[in-house]
Amino acid sequence: KCPRVSPVVTLCYCFVSPQIRVKPDNTGVVTDGVKHSMNPFCEIAVEEAVKLKEKKLIKEVVAVSCGPQQSQETIRTALAMGADRGIHVDVSGKDYENLGPLQVSKILAALAKQEDAQLILLGKQAIDDDCNQTGQMTAALLDWPQGTFASEVSLEGDKINLVREIDGGLEHIKINTPAVITADLRLNTPRYATLPNIMKAKKKKIATVKPADLGVDLTSRLEVLKVEEPPQREAGMKVETVEDLVVKLKEAGRV
Amino acid sequence: MANPLKTEVIRLYKNLLYLGREYPQGAAYFRQRLKSAFMKNKDVTDPEKIKQLVARGDHVIKELEALYFLRKYRAMKKRYYEPEK
Repeated sequence: KCPRVSPVVTLCYCFVSPQIRVKPDNTGVVTDGVKHSMNPFCEIAVEEAVKLKEKKLIKEVVAVSCGPQQSQETIRTALAMGADRGIHVDVSGKDYENLGPLQVSKILAALAKQEDAQLILLGKQAIDDDCNQTGQMTAALLDWPQGTFASEVSLEGDKINLVREIDGGLEHIKINTPAVITADLRLNTPRYATLPNIMKAKKKKIATVKPADLGVDLTSRLEVLKVEEPPQREAGMKVETVEDLVVKLKEAGRV
Repeated sequence: MANPLKTEVIRLYKNLLYLGREYPQGAAYFRQRLKSAFMKNKDVTDPEKIKQLVARGDHVIKELEALYFLRKYRAMKKRYYEPEK
């Protein structure tokens, strides 16, 4: 007897390029022309959802992404990895710049109710803003239990056994469904979306909705005051012997 | 080339080309190497040999996928986790 759970996996469409420049007016970073793709932790979430479906523990995997038109590409990648259908929440322009975890979690909560989802899987944090808040906020808005930083997930009846990676080590918990789970690095090894799978995924549907359709207000409660580059790294010095090193450290007042 | 094998070879080439887009030394470098590797074997007619070469190509695909995964895993691990003592 396996529970018929239909999870919603959300993906961040974030920039993954290593070279990032701060905008001249210090209001943010330059995102135009920067390579965007699926957040690595979200890839792990998608992989987990697809694995659960392959084990026949869940019914259907729905991939969701919030953002401009281009974020449909991440949904396509998720479909190529094995998701059944996609939902693109169309957010662009100024709304997209202000889109933060609170707004996304409101959208997810509304979608979860609409789709009657039993399980929401996300990456633990996006690598462009490093907020680590969306999963937690979504669970709070829905009043669902949450299993964050999951490194192992198993379904047992209508409950979920989870191992969480925390600072002190590993925590084993058992939570009820419906629930929100955020994926940590060691949860699984995401499969690569190969060309044949991408071709097959073209037949799968992606629905587009607007946040207003879900009754979500996107106003941000945060205002970005300034974005700066980190301080320039100072040049290092080479020393010949350990004695030299000690002398230099003493000079610098470090020892 | 025998007909069914021709589609196999073309499929292999397309898949490798797609994977090569993220190659660390650049997509153009990869494409050049890929094309010359395929061109070197263009006169092979023995079906057994062709199957062997295609299998080798599939193996390369697996290695590339592993390379990309490791690269991403190591980057994430370095960025977000304490170095192991």
